[in-house]
Amino acid sequence: MSLRGTFLSLVVRVCGVLCVLTAPALAETAGLEYPMRRVTDMFKPLSRPAEMISEAAGVVLLICLGIFLVVTGLLVFIVIKFRRRAQDDGREPPQIYGSTNIELAWTVIPILITVVLALVTSRTIGEIQDMPMPANALKLRVVGHQWWWEIRYEDLGIVTANEVHIPVSDRDRAKATPTHIVLQSADVIHSFWVPQLAGKTDLVPNKTNETWLDPYETGVYFGNCAEYCGTQHANMLLRVIVHTPEGFAKWVASQKTPPPAPQAAEEIKGHGLFYANSCINCHTVDGTVAEGVFGPNLTKLMTRQTIGAGVAELNDKTLWAWVDDPQKMKTGCLMPDMQLLEPEVDAIVAYLKTLK
Amino acid sequence: MSDTIIDPNFKAPEPERVGAERGSLTRIVQELVFTVDHKKLGLMYIGSGLLFFVVAGLMATMMRLQLAFPNGEVLEPEVFNRLFTMHGTAMVFLVGMPIIFGFANYLIPLMIGTRDMAFPRLNAFAFWVFFFSGLLLYFSYLGAPGLYAAGSAPDVGWFAYSPLTAKAFSRGHSTDYWTLSLLMGGIGSIATAINIIVTIISLRCKGMTLGRMPLFVWLFLVVAFLVIISMPPLSACQIMLLCDRYLGAKFFDTQAGGSAVLWQHFFWIFGHPEVYILILPGFAIANEIIPVFSRKPIFGYPIMVAATVMIAFISLTVWAHHMFTVGMTSMGNTFFAISTMVIAVPTGIKIFNWLGTMYGGKLRFDLPMLFCIGFLFQFLIAGLTGVMLSVAPFTWQLSDSYFVVAHFHYVLIGGLLYTVFAGIYYWYPKAFGRMPNVKLGHWHFWLFTIGFHLTFGPQHIAGILGMPRRIFTYEAGRGWELWNLLSTIGVLIQIPGILFFVINLIYSYIKGKKAGDDPWDAWTLEWSTTSPPPEYNFAKLPVVKSRRPLWDAKHPEDPDWKFE
Repeated sequence: MSLRGTFLSLVVRVCGVLCVLTAPALAETAGLEYPMRRVTDMFKPLSRPAEMISEAAGVVLLICLGIFLVVTGLLVFIVIKFRRRAQDDGREPPQIYGSTNIELAWTVIPILITVVLALVTSRTIGEIQDMPMPANALKLRVVGHQWWWEIRYEDLGIVTANEVHIPVSDRDRAKATPTHIVLQSADVIHSFWVPQLAGKTDLVPNKTNETWLDPYETGVYFGNCAEYCGTQHANMLLRVIVHTPEGFAKWVASQKTPPPAPQAAEEIKGHGLFYANSCINCHTVDGTVAEGVFGPNLTKLMTRQTIGAGVAELNDKTLWAWVDDPQKMKTGCLMPDMQLLEPEVDAIVAYLKTLK
Repeated sequence: MSDTIIDPNFKAPEPERVGAERGSLTRIVQELVFTVDHKKLGLMYIGSGLLFFVVAGLMATMMRLQLAFPNGEVLEPEVFNRLFTMHGTAMVFLVGMPIIFGFANYLIPLMIGTRDMAFPRLNAFAFWVFFFSGLLLYFSYLGAPGLYAAGSAPDVGWFAYSPLTAKAFSRGHSTDYWTLSLLMGGIGSIATAINIIVTIISLRCKGMTLGRMPLFVWLFLVVAFLVIISMPPLSACQIMLLCDRYLGAKFFDTQAGGSAVLWQHFFWIFGHPEVYILILPGFAIANEIIPVFSRKPIFGYPIMVAATVMIAFISLTVWAHHMFTVGMTSMGNTFFAISTMVIAVPTGIKIFNWLGTMYGGKLRFDLPMLFCIGFLFQFLIAGLTGVMLSVAPFTWQLSDSYFVVAHFHYVLIGGLLYTVFAGIYYWYPKAFGRMPNVKLGHWHFWLFTIGFHLTFGPQHIAGILGMPRRIFTYEAGRGWELWNLLSTIGVLIQIPGILFFVINLIYSYIKGKKAGDDPWDAWTLEWSTTSPPPEYNFAKLPVVKSRRPLWDAKHPEDPDWKFE
């Protein structure tokens, strides 16, 4: 504990400095009960794997800082001490060709440092990568698409997009409820990166990768796709919403409740348009004939915070703009401009707003 | 001194040429196109490298303008993606490679006391293959849309991870331009590498044993071997990619059982040694300049050679540290993490030996030395961030973030480019017979150094704060605004720095002080001939007895060969 604690506090202090400089928005909340964690500082981990990484990284950072100071000091000393003076006699300095002992010293010392680094590294790699998952771990599957995330809870029968909902875990390993994530890709390589929760792991087509999260605190954690995946790589954003256990149960229950049937005339018109146009070729609404798999599942669309994989916060205005012409909001995205008339957009938006 | 080696009365007959008058444009073009002279080719390599450097640098400037503020609207996403792909590809293959080959070409024959490279015509061939591969790459802006009008310049990133390069995800011909250009460039590089090896092995002057070669030549021997080993995997995977795209092969077609990770292995088996192919020439230049301006021989010559060879060997075993996040086993990750760390040992030896060379000397801070000190400081930072990145768990956070961008720009600008500037200022008097202007050089150094640190220093922090690379935009509130703004301001300071450099090159060519044969009071053979050297380099081929033949000539009472 003591060693770990020392490094941890040091790391926290280093990052404190960073955050004072950078973070304007820490206290902001999502309008719900969880804080928005927009500033994704890897040295402010709030989850076990991220914490293990930041501890190891802290050690390495310190060692490197030490080396940096020593060598820079030496360089500055030499540059000042041995600069040619104005009153130089013009004679050449003593010609030294080398010294086996000194060279041996500066070979052996780096080797010793390397051994320390190697030990820290291999231990951390093993601890994180080979961590056995307890039976109570939540399992889910994240599938990367150009340029959004499909999130499937197969045990719970839930499919959603771009926002991963998981329950908070506990620092006490005996009580921990980690989340085990299987990572796959439908097209090109993507990378799942939520810095405060875990290091990144790629989603590689025709390969199955795994990662795990074990968050200590609730919140809305921000992340990005971290492997260049084409035109809209920048707008392939990711949020992980860490709920209290009760909050998570409530979210699961709400996701499993089918959305109400459209009531108002406008909603019914929009419903008709949605099924008459090619929306259903790509999108799924559970329990209907809309069973497309190329785009995000829309069954509980209105329960999400963002639209277009984080390109904008989801509200009436952005939803309207998106349906009207997604290419304007997210140039190059795979949803085409459907060339709808304005009243049609109004109606479809009215229908989509029933999906909650 | 030098006249012990050169016969001052010897006058070479003007070579007979059919064609235009001397000095006319036609004649200049003729001379450039027909030449097989290693010095002209060397300067052409460096010149075209600098030309592509300016183009690729302006592309980077456009990217920085886009990223100066959140939700930037300077560039369209596709345009931005093309820019970083072209910037990366150009900087590695059209700037780094030709410039280091330029130095090799110009200096190796002079340093080992011979009249030209072993295969002068192969040399010219390699240059033109490189040059046209560069034009081909840039022609993609016009040619790639083709009849489909799908695509333009390549936009798959400079390491072009499959399956993003598959027909399904990269339509049109942009990726084909990228592939063919790199294939061509690879041919040129291998030809040059063979030429360098043969030249060094078989054309050294009398008395120049391997142990008496300047370290510059030693390092280029190692670099040439690395090129020969690492270029073929790159060419192989380019050919596989072409087969995938046009002949229905499935190497990287994940939908048909191919492997996306296979590409990464091939690419990085080339790509990691490539980093050392680029940085070892930087070391090579520093190895020549630091001793001369410290007035001492290089500290620990044998261990410097040994460290170089070690770096080369280890660099062939570390490629998968670019792949810590693709889901290798913990065993695989550990192996590549440790092999990467080990490289820090010989690299550290080099830094310490340079400091050892300077220690006890009389340091002259002329322009070449100024840039070498900048190099030492910046390469130290680059090396240490490299050590951090070798720690695989650290890289699980930092890989593909701006921290990595900062790291390799510290390596390639702070390390390679600074030594290239140092080398240009150092050998400029040799190549053109005139001294570079000191005042302009100082403006260049200070503006560029401040701009460089301001550009890439903050990117370390942006990376630690979770900013991924290759994003054309970012939202406000993520804590990245300040660092990106500083970074963009840094670029705007670098640009005048480069301007001063270019002005200096032109101004000094016309107005520079006459240099004489040996303006720096240096010790290697290139300073024993005239500036610029005649086409045949040496009237009489020199004979050497030690690593510093001109020291021996200048200090007959205390020659090196007594101590080696």
